[in-house]
Amino acid sequence: MTLLDVQNVTMKFGELVANDRVSFTVEAGSIVGLIGPNGAGKTTLFNCISGLYKPTGGRIVFDGEDITGLKPYRIARKGAVRTFQVVRPLKDMSVFDNVLVGAFLRSSEKREAFDRAAECIRLCSLESLQERPAGDLSIGGKKRLEMARALATRPKLLMLDEVMAGLTSTEVKASVEVIRRLRESGITMMIVEHVMEGIMPIADKIVVLDGGVKIAEDAPKNIVHDPRVIEAYLGSKYSKRYRALRGDGPLG
Amino acid sequence: MADPILKVNDLYTGYDGIPVIFGISLEVMSGELVAIVGANGAGKTTTMRTISGLNHPLKGNILFEGIDISRLAAHEILKLGISYVPEGRRIFSKLSVEKNLSLGAYTERSKTEIRRRLEELLDIFPVLRDRSKQTAETLSGGEQQMLAIARGLMSRPKLLMLDEMSLGLMPSMVEKMMDTITTINRAGTTVLLVEQMVQEALEIAHRGYVIQNGKIVQAGTARELLDSEEVRKAYLGM
Amino acid sequence: MVNSLQRKAFTRKDAVWLVFLAILALLPLLPVVTANSFRMHVMILILLFASMAQAWNIIGGYCGQVSFGHSVFFGIGAYGAGMAVVTYGGLPWPGILIGMIVAAIVAVIISYPCFKLSGHYFAIATFAIVEIFNRAFLVWDWIGGALGLDYPLADEGLKNLMWHNSKVGYYYCALVIFVLIFGIVRWLESNRFGYYMRAVREGQETAESLGVNSTAVKLTAMALSAAMAAICGAFFVQYNLRVDPPMVMSLDMSMKFVLVTILGGSGTLVGPLLGAAVLIPMQEYTRALWGGLGGGVDLIVFGLLIILMVIKQPAGMIGIVRDVRSWFFKKRDAAKGDVPYDTP
Repeated sequence: MTLLDVQNVTMKFGELVANDRVSFTVEAGSIVGLIGPNGAGKTTLFNCISGLYKPTGGRIVFDGEDITGLKPYRIARKGAVRTFQVVRPLKDMSVFDNVLVGAFLRSSEKREAFDRAAECIRLCSLESLQERPAGDLSIGGKKRLEMARALATRPKLLMLDEVMAGLTSTEVKASVEVIRRLRESGITMMIVEHVMEGIMPIADKIVVLDGGVKIAEDAPKNIVHDPRVIEAYLGSKYSKRYRALRGDGPLG
Repeated sequence: MADPILKVNDLYTGYDGIPVIFGISLEVMSGELVAIVGANGAGKTTTMRTISGLNHPLKGNILFEGIDISRLAAHEILKLGISYVPEGRRIFSKLSVEKNLSLGAYTERSKTEIRRRLEELLDIFPVLRDRSKQTAETLSGGEQQMLAIARGLMSRPKLLMLDEMSLGLMPSMVEKMMDTITTINRAGTTVLLVEQMVQEALEIAHRGYVIQNGKIVQAGTARELLDSEEVRKAYLGM
Repeated sequence: MVNSLQRKAFTRKDAVWLVFLAILALLPLLPVVTANSFRMHVMILILLFASMAQAWNIIGGYCGQVSFGHSVFFGIGAYGAGMAVVTYGGLPWPGILIGMIVAAIVAVIISYPCFKLSGHYFAIATFAIVEIFNRAFLVWDWIGGALGLDYPLADEGLKNLMWHNSKVGYYYCALVIFVLIFGIVRWLESNRFGYYMRAVREGQETAESLGVNSTAVKLTAMALSAAMAAICGAFFVQYNLRVDPPMVMSLDMSMKFVLVTILGGSGTLVGPLLGAAVLIPMQEYTRALWGGLGGGVDLIVFGLLIILMVIKQPAGMIGIVRDVRSWFFKKRDAAKGDVPYDTP
């Protein structure tokens, strides 16, 4: 079942075309990776889908409903929630209270919301930090907070924007496990990432944007061979390493 | 054996009197490329900030070319020859590439000298030459990172300290970045870098230190660290 | 910063709360301790201004929308009660109720367009609102115009909400209002709405991305805040026995709402009380001592205090309390090896 259907979405800022007729779908229960160089339009696309921007053209259908141009809070209530690439902690509130705000979306009853918040904090390894003012966290902590907060809203579609930036390979592996478990619990995910080890192993399909245009949409194992993607984004070194790891290159 | 250009002795730094790094000791020889690796929140940036003078140590000292710089202000440390490029790019987004670069040589009085260095750096970073008149905010993430490094080089540092240069960069850009840093080092600038992409950092470094919970837990040549069981498990995800 | 975890151990936060409750328990005993009319008057004003500040705190402190228009709601409340008594010769109570409702409605109507403006522009727009109402009320005959409303003498007692010889009745009335408004805010704090208000304050767009209808939250907070301010206005006219537009619907009065809260600590439960407890005695005693100078000395001291606060401790008096507390407890935490920050 198609959960998200992005149809020819265009976003223009005056003369600048940030998204140019971008189309793709996200199947329920799947993980779609969205990659591309800085300035390719990935976050702009997230902003269009989540309602922060009203697209100049095109349609966005979520769970069978046309959500194009709806207000952000409505889209969040329908179950499509995103994190912010440039993190936005609610600074003067504690980490726990930040996540609680997310939890309150589905549970107006305090006890329930508290439990949900505590669960998401545990999932994102924030227990030791939960009483700190959110503004005091390191950048890594703030990124985990973005994710915990969005998770607390019990989304159908979770849109993660570069949550793995700055993690070591081992930490990335741990995050990948968390994301796998989230998928098992029924959450569909769309993930923007530059950390390839964080997305290639788990994505069902990868959508590649460059200069506002979709240049490729395929399974990870095919994307790494795509010369346009290698040229625009991956570089030859990563592409070789990935193929070597998967055993389908000259070193395999 | 020659003296190290940078020697950090038993350093404790913290906030509000409470330390977050506990007794860090390390050294960098002239001409080396040394990597400090470790997890999120381990204390790498705090260490860098202390060396560059942005934080003051609670205990311990830092010697640069034999001089104790532990209590000096950041701009004085810059004058002595240490240039710190902080994480997160921190370029002046509303200023042009050229202006950003010129400000890197702030402590240099001669305008001709500044101009000369500017030309030199635009040679090393041709992509910046193409964009030299553009405002910094119009550059892509990778280009901004290049700009930050180039700006750090404008002061002709003896020691260049780089903090998380790979953050938020696409894979091909990370590759270019690492190549550029290697080139700079082989051309004679001593480099101390902090990196979360442990593999990439150790591939270009001569030696490395591993920080965990504010302490150095391992040190050695880059090769030794890449081959070490503990590093592979804890950081390389193997 | 409010921390919401249910904790089993007795914490520092609980200590402050206990002190507050202790003070609250002692307040009703005041008339037993002193019969001095001036001291009673000061206490009444402290309670009144604490209530006013707390009303403002809802929209200005917790929700982060700085309004300079609260004197309008205060005035509507005053006129509500005043009209009921003077113009219609009845009891103040229906007037108080009507005043609250009208204030809430007016608040929603005027702030709906203003909320479309961001931050500072919203505050400036509210300045204009006060001036508009001020001028309008001056020429509006039905409400008494520039002459205002003067209370006729009536039997004293709770029915008429008026006392002549002693201030004790007024004192308990002010105490009830104080407990009511503080109680409502305390309840809001730990309620979903309270969290949503603070989320809107800390990041409206971020809150929206989590499903918070920020417009609805702001309007509701404004309506509640206005109704509370109106109650205070009603008390004021019953105490003062006279009202006219410059007395209530002025920027001067609006500033009092804002400054008492900010000086005490906006966005905190105890801040408004701290602010009133420090500023009102200072105001009244300097006015009493140097009344001949036109009572301007209190404003000078007021101004100096504000400058000092902004420079040294923008969090207000509650910030000073916190600094003292954390300095005191820091030594204990350091000994335990507790690292308070996520290391960068």
